[in-house]
Amino acid sequence: MRTRSTMRRRIARLASALSAFALAFGALAIAAPAQADVVNAEMPFKVSGNVQNQGKPVAGVTVTLTGAAGYTATVATDADGKFVAGVPAKEADYTVTLDETTLPEGIAVIDNPATTFVEANVQTVTVGPGGRATMNFFIGQGERHTTSFVDQVVQRLISGLNFGLMLALASVGLSLIYGTTGISNFAHAELVTFGAVATFGLVALMGPGLLWLAIPIALILSAGLGWGLDAALWAPLRRRGMGLVQLMIVSIGLSLGIRYTYQFFIGGSTEQLPGSDAERFKLFGSVTLSITDIVSMGLSVILIVAFALWLSRTKIGKATRAISDNPSLAASSGIDVDGVVRIVWIIGSVLAGFSGILWAYFRPGIRWDMGGQILLLIFAATTLGGLGTAYGALVGSLIVGVLVEGSSLFIPSDLKYVGALVILIGILLFRPQGILGRKERVG
Amino acid sequence: MDFLGILSSSVSFILAPTTLAYALATLGLAVHFGFGGLLNMGMAGFMALGAYGYAIGVLTFGLPWYLAAFVGIGAAIVFALILGIPTLRLRGDYLAIVTIAAAEIVRLLLLSSAFGGVTGSADGLSGFNGPGGTITNPAEGAGGFDQSNPIPAGTYGFPPFLDNERIWYLRIVGAIILGLAIFIVWRLVNSPWGRVIKGIREDEDAVRSLGKNVFAYKMQALIIGGVLGALGGLMLAFSTNVNSSVYVTSLTFFLWTALLLGGAATVFGPLAGSIIFWVLQAFLGLLFPALAEVGLMPFSTIQASQIKFIIVGFALVLLVVFRPQGLFGNKKELTFVK
Amino acid sequence: MSSSTSSSSPVKSTGLHVGAIKPGVAKKDPILVADGVRRQFGGLVAVEVEHVEIPRNAITALIGPNGAGKTTFFNLLTGFDQPNDGKWSFNGKSLAGVSAFKVARLGLIRTFQLTKALGLLTVMDNMKLGSTEQRGEKLSASLFPFLWKKKDAEIEDKALEILRRFKLDEKKDDFAASLSGGQRKLLEMARALMTNPELVMLDEPMAGVNPALTESLLEHILNLKQEGMTVLFVEHDMHMVRHIADWVIVMAEGKVVAEGAPDEVMKNPAVIDAYLGSHQDIDLGTVTGRVTLPTLPKEK
Repeated sequence: MRTRSTMRRRIARLASALSAFALAFGALAIAAPAQADVVNAEMPFKVSGNVQNQGKPVAGVTVTLTGAAGYTATVATDADGKFVAGVPAKEADYTVTLDETTLPEGIAVIDNPATTFVEANVQTVTVGPGGRATMNFFIGQGERHTTSFVDQVVQRLISGLNFGLMLALASVGLSLIYGTTGISNFAHAELVTFGAVATFGLVALMGPGLLWLAIPIALILSAGLGWGLDAALWAPLRRRGMGLVQLMIVSIGLSLGIRYTYQFFIGGSTEQLPGSDAERFKLFGSVTLSITDIVSMGLSVILIVAFALWLSRTKIGKATRAISDNPSLAASSGIDVDGVVRIVWIIGSVLAGFSGILWAYFRPGIRWDMGGQILLLIFAATTLGGLGTAYGALVGSLIVGVLVEGSSLFIPSDLKYVGALVILIGILLFRPQGILGRKERVG
Repeated sequence: MDFLGILSSSVSFILAPTTLAYALATLGLAVHFGFGGLLNMGMAGFMALGAYGYAIGVLTFGLPWYLAAFVGIGAAIVFALILGIPTLRLRGDYLAIVTIAAAEIVRLLLLSSAFGGVTGSADGLSGFNGPGGTITNPAEGAGGFDQSNPIPAGTYGFPPFLDNERIWYLRIVGAIILGLAIFIVWRLVNSPWGRVIKGIREDEDAVRSLGKNVFAYKMQALIIGGVLGALGGLMLAFSTNVNSSVYVTSLTFFLWTALLLGGAATVFGPLAGSIIFWVLQAFLGLLFPALAEVGLMPFSTIQASQIKFIIVGFALVLLVVFRPQGLFGNKKELTFVK
Repeated sequence: MSSSTSSSSPVKSTGLHVGAIKPGVAKKDPILVADGVRRQFGGLVAVEVEHVEIPRNAITALIGPNGAGKTTFFNLLTGFDQPNDGKWSFNGKSLAGVSAFKVARLGLIRTFQLTKALGLLTVMDNMKLGSTEQRGEKLSASLFPFLWKKKDAEIEDKALEILRRFKLDEKKDDFAASLSGGQRKLLEMARALMTNPELVMLDEPMAGVNPALTESLLEHILNLKQEGMTVLFVEHDMHMVRHIADWVIVMAEGKVVAEGAPDEVMKNPAVIDAYLGSHQDIDLGTVTGRVTLPTLPKEK
């Protein structure tokens, strides 16, 4: 008896101590259930270092990091000559490149005898299990190694087109859904993630050799998800005549619910699909490309062309456009609006799912909130092209893609999404009908 | 499994500084959306400015804590003006996308290493509540928020509210700010000013046709709600470090959940909603892992601790569909404009 | 079915114009004058009014087929839309570039084709919003009830008096959303009266109103004139136009095509043309007002 009561007291004390702990220090952790869940990729690990000229710090030097399949970050050294960059994964290699054109005149990186590299301004670091790595550069009199600006522009342009095509797959779906139902669907991000997560699950089940089979099955599952969401949720709400604001908040709740369901199943870490470490080959100069980039862009173009043909040639595609133009007129002219909307949800989900698979290769990696990271870019692309116009969304996506990738030539790469968001706001303010949309008549 | 311990820890969230911070920001959302019809999806941005404004005021400008707090509030007012001047004429759902994007821009700027010297970049800021001084001159600190605490060191109260003097000070300061805020908002929405604001929520053209300067009223509502959001951020900063990873879009969505729980067009709903939100979050966050540990749930404890977020999301859906007026709102006074 | 025949014939104001009757004819005492007002949507010219004057203390009807630009013209005059070109003045004061709320404060109040009763406010709150004298609507004063309580009671008395006239006083504590369509129209008109307007512009006051209420609506409009106000209204119901209007202005394809006293203007070939041009299926009898027009699809 006695031991039990002491036990209980001890537990009570422990619990109150714990709750005090939660109050005092846990507030941050609890208030941040989702880490950086939108736009910017989570970079939990660090590469840092010093740039010194004969023991004195050199400020304002640009350092670029590149990693597995497409990760890049550009940072500048501070007044102490220090630079810090977040990287997505530990136990991985990163290439650290010091841009010698940003050094003061007449000096360059001294060849470090400890490394076997020919170009001293390009170094490789390994981020170990601790998640941190250091790379110091020593500057002195010497010869420079340069990457031509043209090469950089071409590289960014290719990368931007790739990114833009991927965005386009997601945004034409969002745009169609908005056009036919009026919903600003925040849960579209989760449809994007679904494609990647389903592929990942299927590959885990069937083995990496069957990736070619896993992707189509994942897309069929995406179609099923779109169908299911419309049948179970959106169609009933449509019949209730729910307002657009409510529908938007419903989609936000749905987005949170599904997102954390992914986290429940795959955890908080980043996983890779087979082939994400494909080798990069040299195109010309210092411009490189990988086989996944080429396949990704090729498949995007094929899908987008197929989608455009569907929209312009088939009966259902034409009906979709009619509903976007004027739902009540379309309904009164005998179009089965509910049926068409159901198909729009299915097609939108398949395109989003495929875009998610490509995003998994582009980022690279699969995460539970990967769709949320680009949701606002998808919104930006859709808005830029004109809300509810599918072709506009395509053009908008390409612009946003090139802009985001290209802007890192001029601004710090951790601010590259800001440009797209500023454009999103600007478009909504000054030309809400988008670049291809029509102006609504007032009154 | 210690069910009583879980219950007591959860109940302690009724008076937690975080709950008070949420209640303040949610009250701001109520002014924006519940009374003014402004679909603000960027409340996290206002909170971030409140918290960072205060921290930067102390650490970079070397201000005393109470003046630094006004830097945070001032930053939120400036943000409201910059955001409001061009956007307040936008349609509801456009405004939502603009505000969410603006809040993300704020977060990305705070996160960027470009301003790391002031914002602390990804590491955030800390040490601004202590005796501190600035980053460059730590010696000149005149005493910060913690030093203003008149409560002698020690442990007070009774379980589950048995806490040290710092926690109690936070609670008291938070409760006073929240109490004042609720009183002011109550006065405002029951005044002729509140009548105009509610009219604008219903149909701004009608109110305009009656000779009211709709834009000015919306701007006032945006600023008042934004200041309440900044106070919420300030409250978070008083209790812990600031970090840009806190002020994410999800935070705004959680505030919306708390708002719709309590009732969007009510004065006490935001407080009630925040309390329910946090007590339930804490309860489920402790209960499920405990159940998993003793084998009553077939998941790992980590998985079990995430179920609460899934529940939040689907609860938001169910609330909007089945009880849009919130738990305490008037069924007739549904807040959603068609 | 026509409801207005039962009421005694109202006294018409005559001799409003100066010189020969033609589109844009000058008025003896115009309250509102518009000159070269043009509004274009893309390539489509919605409104192009060369010159028009609205006579003071009279009831003027603005009629015309669908798409004639009547509502757009209303929006332009009241500051809810900006024209590409033109000038217009109210009581001699130019309204170009004046925002909608300031136009309203000058005494030019409008209602909307689709009623804008504030659904989730009570009928009384709707009325109180109309008052322009409440300083408690200022943010700084709103926090101190002693600054506005007394005025609010006065406003409430005035509102009750108007509500009684409109037979809405029993509904004063109901949400406006619970009223019928016709009652909402009445409420909107009553609310407009709370602002003490000089010129009341009604956009299709009869649309969607239960026949039982039309008579009282007509009487209220006639009362406005008796109280010294000026009324300009858009209407499709020709019967009503003939019954209460002192002057009729006809618009077609954005232009003023005819003006005159109701009986004369209905015989004007330009008017018959305008209507026939767009609604060839409509019997001329309906246009000249012997039969009530069928419900036409509403202008956007």
